[in-house]
Amino acid sequence: MQSATSRKLLLLAPLLLFLGLAYVVPFLGVVRWSFTMPEVGLGQYRALLTDPLVQSVFTRTLRICLIVTAAVLVTAYAIAYVWVRGSSVQRMLAEFCILVPFWISVLTRAFGWLAMLSNRGLINTWLQSAGIISEPLALARNELGVIIGMTHFLIPFAVFPIASAMRSIDERVLLAARGMGASRTRTFWTVFVPLTYGGLAGAALIVFVFALGFFVTPAILGGGRSVMVAELVYLRIFQSPDWGLGSAISVVLVLFIGILLALMRRFIKPAHLVG
Amino acid sequence: MTSSRPGPVILIVATAVALFLLMPLIAVVPVSFTPARFLSMPSDTLSLRHYQALLDNPAWGQSILLSLRIGVLSSAIATVLATMFGLGIWMFQPRFSALLIGFVLLPLVVPPVVSAMTLYFLMTTLSGFNNWIGYDTWLGVALAHAVMITPFAVVLILVALFQVDRRIDLAARGLGANLATRAFKIIIPNIKFGIATAALLSFVLSWEEIGVTLFITSVNAITLPRLMWMGLRDNIDPAIAAISVLLIAITALILAFRIYIDRRRTTDPQ
Repeated sequence: MQSATSRKLLLLAPLLLFLGLAYVVPFLGVVRWSFTMPEVGLGQYRALLTDPLVQSVFTRTLRICLIVTAAVLVTAYAIAYVWVRGSSVQRMLAEFCILVPFWISVLTRAFGWLAMLSNRGLINTWLQSAGIISEPLALARNELGVIIGMTHFLIPFAVFPIASAMRSIDERVLLAARGMGASRTRTFWTVFVPLTYGGLAGAALIVFVFALGFFVTPAILGGGRSVMVAELVYLRIFQSPDWGLGSAISVVLVLFIGILLALMRRFIKPAHLVG
Repeated sequence: MTSSRPGPVILIVATAVALFLLMPLIAVVPVSFTPARFLSMPSDTLSLRHYQALLDNPAWGQSILLSLRIGVLSSAIATVLATMFGLGIWMFQPRFSALLIGFVLLPLVVPPVVSAMTLYFLMTTLSGFNNWIGYDTWLGVALAHAVMITPFAVVLILVALFQVDRRIDLAARGLGANLATRAFKIIIPNIKFGIATAALLSFVLSWEEIGVTLFITSVNAITLPRLMWMGLRDNIDPAIAAISVLLIAITALILAFRIYIDRRRTTDPQ
């Protein structure tokens, strides 16, 4: 007879061991790199605080993340509303428009935006052939392109928590507001929206955290001109072999997100992260 | 529900958002038929040369096969580990369940670039000991992908498990079924749809993984996203448009299949 504990371990231990050995231990290795590469000490962390290039990348990342989070919340709210409260046809269409991009790879989507926004892309070709502009507009390979591409990528991640908050609203509360004479608009702004603040906060957190570590979209749509933190890590590791600084940035990112998550723990429901 | 159907303002905004969501996926279609060698809209003639290039250049076929192999292996590892873990949590309800689940979800909440850095450290370290699993090997990539996709599999399997009626397991236990019988004959058949979804999502996530792959491969283990990445950075190769159109079509088909299965499952009287 096996004891209950050993049977429990039999099921739980493999994954815990797997992630412990393949994820946690190597992360500790990265932490060590941040203190030992190229020489032992706090040099890399000092560089993070003083290097003007690193500083400007951090400022840009924060700015882009805030803009993207705001843009995603507004757009996701509108489509989530139709997904939850629309007629059945509207609901199906909304679901299709949310899920199809969600399942398509980040690379394909970034490329799609290049096809849309680049100098010979859809928008510039149309505007030029219609005679509206003579020179192509600079829509991609800059910060604007990065913001558009990231907003597009993150909308579905915000829709799930917002829609789940909308679904849990008690219909009678809205009816009561209407019954007491509030207009539809007033009911929406003073009753419906406040009841979804929890979902909005969760969505904001998810979007912001994801945006912070974003790598592929900025690298492709920014064209090397608006480097964000994650791309800086990549460049430091592979172009100017500087493992220490890349590691130090990683450690700082993890600390930052850990603090953020701890502050907003009660809004996080992991089930909302997958469709 | 009729009291608050979407009004005209929100419908207009939502339509704009819907178009915004679909736009880049549609834009790749005309680009894939351009006769030019660079990213552009076809003006008067359409050409299939970029689709032909996918067939002519063996690199595309090789990377597709490699991605399939990595996807199947990493999805299998992730699904098995996640199922065992989910069963353990559900059957034993250990103390600190929330903590254990939180730990297992780490690769999901840690920024991808930090995971990439971490797995880069792991792979370069492993390469010091052997030639099989490590930096720039297909087994190394499969291992790294398994780490990244397991949290998603765990979430899906836990969601499926929490919909199972505990009493059927209690009944089996009362009738004297041992652990293996309960797991294989009672619980797993009840969550087989969740397990299948987890396996499919894991495969898709591995198939399209690029952030980590970029850090741990250089010239040997060129997965499909890695090959696309190389054609995207500087001079954009329109063959990327052709492969993107194919990928979008396949994704749409798989999604339609999933919705179809979903429908059949919910309408099926069991």
